Amino acid sequence: MPILEVIEIGKSFGTLQVLQDISFSLEKGETLAIIGSSGSGKTTLLRCLNFLERPDRGKIIVNNEVIFDAANPDTQRESEVRKKRLHFGLVFQNFNLFPQYTVLKNVTLALELLARERPNYKQEKKDILNEIQERAKTLLSQVGLSDKLEFYPHMISGGQQQRVAIARALALEPDILCFDEPTSALDPELTGEVLKVIRNLAERHTTMIIVTHEMDFAREVADRVIFMDDGVIVEQGSPEEVFGNPREERTKQFLTRYTKV
Amino acid sequence: MNNIPVIISRLSESFLLNCKIFGITLLFSLPLGLVITFGSMSRFRPLRWLVRTFVWVIRGTPLMLQLIVIYFGPGLMNMAFSWPGGTAGRFVAANVAFIINYACYFSEIFRGGIESIPQGQYEAGQVLGMTKKQIFFKVILLQVIKRIVPPVGNEVITLVKDTSLARIIANKEIIMMAGEYSNNGLIWPLFATGIYFLVFVGVLTILLDWLEKKLGYFRV
Ligand SMILES: Nc1ncnc2c1ncn2[C@@H]1O[C@H](COP(=O)(O)OP(=O)(O)O)[C@@H](O)[C@H]1O
Ligand SMILES: [Mg+2]
Repeated sequence: MPILEVIEIGKSFGTLQVLQDISFSLEKGETLAIIGSSGSGKTTLLRCLNFLERPDRGKIIVNNEVIFDAANPDTQRESEVRKKRLHFGLVFQNFNLFPQYTVLKNVTLALELLARERPNYKQEKKDILNEIQERAKTLLSQVGLSDKLEFYPHMISGGQQQRVAIARALALEPDILCFDEPTSALDPELTGEVLKVIRNLAERHTTMIIVTHEMDFAREVADRVIFMDDGVIVEQGSPEEVFGNPREERTKQFLTRYTKV
Repeated sequence: MNNIPVIISRLSESFLLNCKIFGITLLFSLPLGLVITFGSMSRFRPLRWLVRTFVWVIRGTPLMLQLIVIYFGPGLMNMAFSWPGGTAGRFVAANVAFIINYACYFSEIFRGGIESIPQGQYEAGQVLGMTKKQIFFKVILLQVIKRIVPPVGNEVITLVKDTSLARIIANKEIIMMAGEYSNNGLIWPLFATGIYFLVFVGVLTILLDWLEKKLGYFRV
């Protein structure tokens, strides 16, 4: 049973059709790579999954629960969207860390705010907060930042900031973690450290969707690959199929362009 | 009449009025400014345009004129409302005019500050399951404050000097007091008023610098 099913998602901005008939599914523990030239709708797709955009058509099913159905307004209630989006995590291209908080606080903040909604929060506040701190420290050591806990975002490199952003997203234990070109805003010498963290997550069978232009990386970590062009999925399959033996002309053209540069 | 200590104590006493207007105006215009900001950013278009028009009128006309309209307007238009008589009425009317005027200026600074925060900050909060309120208070607000401290500081310094406009509706503030001496040929008290303003602004400048430094631990 797939953890995520996306069924015929469509999205337009005004008259511009950005996503068309997007369908795919993802098994628990799998890593899906989405490739495609810029403007093909990859970011919009991730934003739809994270409820930052509302698709005009289609359904999103997580763990057999329909969390979004364009035809059913009951699934779109504002009050429930906040809870539903926690199925997904999103790591942004430009990190979007909170500048006024330390690295540690960036990771704990959302957890602390969510903890307030627990019924036992008042009585067990101290324990809960301690536990959150410990969890955040563990995650930050996982991404290699144990020595930066009290630093502010502007004091660390872009690669380190992106690793904080990954820890921050992991802290909420999303079912599916999405990455939108996580290394595009980084200097080349900093991409390695971020890719290494993501590779680690793949080895631990974190369910992930990664939009990336790092073709070698996608081929290496992905269990499945989707190639998008002009708002549609042109081709999907295993990395061997899509990279090694693409069926579609458009995929071939894209790959030659990208492996050249 | 020419007794220096007496003159100085009368100047100081009248400067207290400037200080009161300054304090009361700040106290009320900052929160009112925030309310106006929300109005001017409302998604409900009629409200947004109403508020923006109001801000335009207030920022587009002299504060001196607003003082006069607010103080004399109710009487001239035979409104049921009227200001209390005497000093108290003039003082309250002056404060009301200052509060409205400065709230409008502050609201535009606040709006600029809020709009300058990148969309990504809101979105990061959203995908982390924060409520709108939490995003505003825990993520956005301090960044906005950091950005608006310098322009708000400028307005606050302007306000110190603007308080002397209250004399237009016969509030006996320091310049008006000194004016009574200069009308009688004694000019130095008028010059001396400058020192009061300079000292006040000097202290404020130090406070504002301190606040800016305090917020200097992060970058936006
Ligand atoms: N908020 C928006 N309003 C209008 N057009 C948008 C918006 N967001 C994205 N687009 C357009 O949608 C298309 C796909 O964008 P995007 O999803 O960012 O592609 P990608 O991430 O693959 O580069 C582009 O043509 C882009 O200009
Ligand atoms: Mg993109």
